[in-house]
Amino acid sequence: MSDHKTMTINLVVWRQKNANDTGKFENYTVKGITGHHSFLEMLDVLNEDLIHAGKEPVNFDHDCREGICGMCSQVINGMAHGGQERTTVCQLHMRKFKDGDTIYVEPWRARAFPLLKDLVVDRSALDRIIQAGGYTSCHTGGVPDANSTLIPKPAADESMDAAECIGCGACVAGCPNGAAMLFTGAKVSQFAVLPQGRPEAKQRVLNMVQAMKDNNFGNCTNHYECQAACPKGINVKFIARMNREYFKAQF
Amino acid sequence: MEFLNTSIGRKMIMAVTGGSMILFTIIHLLGNSSIFVGPSGINSYAEHLHSMPLPIIVAFRAVMLALFVVHVIYGIQLTLENRVGRTSQYALKANRKATFSSENMIWTGSLLFVFIVYHLLHFTFRSTPGLKLVTDASGHFDVFAMVASSFTSFVGAGIYVAFVAVLFLHLYHGIQSFFQTIGQANDSTLPTITTVGRFVALVLFLGFASIPLSILLGIIKG
Repeated sequence: MSDHKTMTINLVVWRQKNANDTGKFENYTVKGITGHHSFLEMLDVLNEDLIHAGKEPVNFDHDCREGICGMCSQVINGMAHGGQERTTVCQLHMRKFKDGDTIYVEPWRARAFPLLKDLVVDRSALDRIIQAGGYTSCHTGGVPDANSTLIPKPAADESMDAAECIGCGACVAGCPNGAAMLFTGAKVSQFAVLPQGRPEAKQRVLNMVQAMKDNNFGNCTNHYECQAACPKGINVKFIARMNREYFKAQF
Repeated sequence: MEFLNTSIGRKMIMAVTGGSMILFTIIHLLGNSSIFVGPSGINSYAEHLHSMPLPIIVAFRAVMLALFVVHVIYGIQLTLENRVGRTSQYALKANRKATFSSENMIWTGSLLFVFIVYHLLHFTFRSTPGLKLVTDASGHFDVFAMVASSFTSFVGAGIYVAFVAVLFLHLYHGIQSFFQTIGQANDSTLPTITTVGRFVALVLFLGFASIPLSILLGIIKG
């Protein structure tokens, strides 16, 4: 590595022992951070320091560290995933920060996401929305012939744009109402635009909208904070499509 | 009915009731602009409206009241539900797309509620003090004299300019929100819908504000 310059970062991190703990912010100083450290690697450095000092490390969710799994979930300086466009926390690099910066790190905050520990929240409410209808029923068996179901290219593209959602929950974290409309809208739409998804489209949207309600998510007020928070750039047009599908399902 | 128990269903009801009231507001402004013709303009317009068959007038007012009440009730209910959607707040929260208008719909809505009640007491029931209520020899009520007498003071005109400024803030978010909620928007149309919606909100503000201001400044004279 060519850079000799390292940064010292001041962190204000949310610490909470468990769901019943009230929780509070703790201040930490991390030294020796380079621009090449990802945000999670910077937290790894912090945790090593904490472990060496005999303290409890900061708990946070992470998995692939490639920006595709949807596990990392931190609100950094008030923005889900740190606010860099189409970037998850693991792909956010410390070169975006300056030496001496103070950075607030908070968990996703929404009623539907109970906090487990520190920066880790329980996002299984999103799984329950998927269980309510985020699938197609199909006969398994032999692999179907290619192109036996013709799909127009624009529909395939539209479906893929919706399917880019990695289910991280940033939309819920960014929403002032803790609503899961962008997540659910994307999941409803990725099936609704394809011929394979049409047969169950009506029941799917009804069930998934009901699941949002049953799992304590809020209502949409069209602020579009979800789209700004989304690390995959999912567009709010999928919310409009879900609304349309929901209306059609009434008849 | 399940439709009315889910957030999307309720929001669609809010969108349709709100959208209907926006249409009313546009027609209201077109009608009111007859005042720029002079006393005969607004008086003959009012005469035309009041000479409609009573059942039509009563039915129209009942529908408007129903739209208003449903919009207010669902607005309050959705806001209360959303307040608890995030149980613990962020220490830092940077809003990137929400606007002052979108975040304060419940407050601009509440102010509109107060203003609309005042407006009805003022010009529909004519029960506020200081109104000039004149009926000419042939039995026609002089609407122009009533309106003009209300806007000769800074306070009288100021209340109405504030009223329509709040309406502007409400519609700045409301018009595009209507299209998104009823599902008639996508990524290529929403930016245009938003811009046009804000422009319509501005035109309504300027149009409505021009009437009390023109009377206050003496541009419209009896």
